[in-house]
Amino acid sequence: MNNFITLISSLFIITLQTSTPLLFAALGGILSERSGVINIGLEGMMLTGAFAGGAIGVLTGNPWIGILGAIFAGSIMGLIHAVFCLKLRANHVISGLAINIFASGLTIFLTQAFFNGERSFEITKRFTSIGPFIPLVYIGILLVFILQGFLYRIPTGLRLRATGELPIAADTAGVNVMKYKFMAVIASGALAAIGGAYLPYFAGSFTKDMSAGRGYIALAAVIFGNWNPGRAFIACLIFGLAEAMQMTFSNSIIPSQFMKMLPYIITIIALVGFIGKSTPPYSLGKPYEKRES
Amino acid sequence: MKKLIAFLIAGVLIFGMISCSPPSDPNSKPTPTTEPGEKIRVGLVLSVGGRGDKSFNDSAYRGLVWARDRLGVEITEGQPKQMAEDENYIRTFAEEGYDIVIAVGFLMKPAIEKVAKEFPNQKFAIIDEVVDAPNVASLVFEEHQGSFLVGALAGLKTKSNKVGFIGGMDVPLIHKFEVGYQEGVKYTNPEAKVYIKYTGSSSDAFHDPTKGKQLANAMFNQGVDIIYHAAGSTGNGVIDAAAEKKKFAIGVDSNQNYMRPGFVLTSMVKKVDVAVFEIIKEVKEGRFKGGVHKFGLENDGVGYALDEYNKDLIDQKMKDKLEEIKSKIISGEIKVTNYIEEQKNK
Repeated sequence: MNNFITLISSLFIITLQTSTPLLFAALGGILSERSGVINIGLEGMMLTGAFAGGAIGVLTGNPWIGILGAIFAGSIMGLIHAVFCLKLRANHVISGLAINIFASGLTIFLTQAFFNGERSFEITKRFTSIGPFIPLVYIGILLVFILQGFLYRIPTGLRLRATGELPIAADTAGVNVMKYKFMAVIASGALAAIGGAYLPYFAGSFTKDMSAGRGYIALAAVIFGNWNPGRAFIACLIFGLAEAMQMTFSNSIIPSQFMKMLPYIITIIALVGFIGKSTPPYSLGKPYEKRES
Repeated sequence: MKKLIAFLIAGVLIFGMISCSPPSDPNSKPTPTTEPGEKIRVGLVLSVGGRGDKSFNDSAYRGLVWARDRLGVEITEGQPKQMAEDENYIRTFAEEGYDIVIAVGFLMKPAIEKVAKEFPNQKFAIIDEVVDAPNVASLVFEEHQGSFLVGALAGLKTKSNKVGFIGGMDVPLIHKFEVGYQEGVKYTNPEAKVYIKYTGSSSDAFHDPTKGKQLANAMFNQGVDIIYHAAGSTGNGVIDAAAEKKKFAIGVDSNQNYMRPGFVLTSMVKKVDVAVFEIIKEVKEGRFKGGVHKFGLENDGVGYALDEYNKDLIDQKMKDKLEEIKSKIISGEIKVTNYIEEQKNK
């Protein structure tokens, strides 16, 4: 019985630890996609946040300033994505991919430049844990409720959703569509970057490309969660639980390869429509140009 | 205005992409075009993990630096960002007529095979893999022997009779570590249970310390008290977890004892640095030979690390036992399974 309790609590802790970085990125993804901009660049934004959060934390000796640095760096990545997609009206997916490649190269370059030619560095000053988790975990859960309220209760959030559904209608109603879209994509970068910054503070060191595909899984959580913060949170928890089970139980019970593909299978099933109806924002990925007349 | 922004951003992006092209070492001088053959030039292509993994790549780079300082050769290192770039780096070095091109890591086998055929007069070396070509020296390590030793130590040291192994990418080379380790544990402690996990099945698995730490936490929660990792910089997370839970980790490739003093029991050192240095020396002295070069317990190519950071963790009795096992492996009294050769014979 005692063993059972330890097992459950271990599973619970690992699940939350795994889902937190996904959650931040997924919330960012929701903001961006709710405004109609596909954000496949979450991976790169996370990586940027991981580097900036870790490096600035090391340089200033304060992890909270590190997080602020991550937010700033992520916002810049979001801004680049926004300029590409909205101002230059580039293909959103291509811009996102460019962000990912750019972030990978840039973080390696900067790590080598600042940490004598190496591709990793140690985090010197860590967060004090509250219970089994670092504070970011709790902030993430809090954010789910804040964003849920924001998108469905607060006028600003409703307008944001309108710009992703039918921008022309929003425009006619006097909403500054471009401004909303820009803010959403920038915020998306900032949130993904916080998720990224969680990684070095959890693991104790930054390593090149340490986001290791988490941005894509977060994107899967966005879709599986039907572009809704609460449901995306549940999606992240499911992915986290799958991973925690894979880590806890021996390979003979569940093959690890199967667990690894689980998030993607669930996403495909969600997209095909077996679990409720998957309804992306109506104008997702479509360029919008204000009509001057 | 729009165009200007577009140009600016494109410029920044391109900068990001080329910032990792060879030569990426800020200290390396541009390749001289005059006096060929006067000074030996060495091109070293690191594995995707790159420098700073405190492990495999850092060890290779150390060997390169030794060669520069002691043999006076000229060195350039390439750090591919992803596997797809390996071949470009190798080819660039070969085209520029470097005296030897060293590929660090088993992932580069196909690239070396291909380029070695195109440049039959160029000398190559590859670490951790065997490439069958007259102009390629294959530097392989008897990791199973070193892993057996640290496994034996884990078997002696464990209090819970549960020890763990965390591998990086799930490939035969890493299984070689795992199998040797298991046999070592069983040799000194037949009762002990060995928990085994792999981080993943892509090369991402070698640079995911977050997952490494979670895997280690999951094992420690199950009562494991010593974890041996063979996972590149993913292992940084394993070592961090050990320090947090006040348990032990065993480092790999480089001596990692210093990373969290008191919590790294020992490290299975694989002297990639020695191998890199030796092969450069052979080139310099004009006695380079293709074929397989083995580095094992016998010629000190692998071993376990003992230094001021872990001297309090290993008592004299354990040390004596390890030395005894070591000499038995060298004499052939103890046979350690070499997973890779085993697979070939199947």
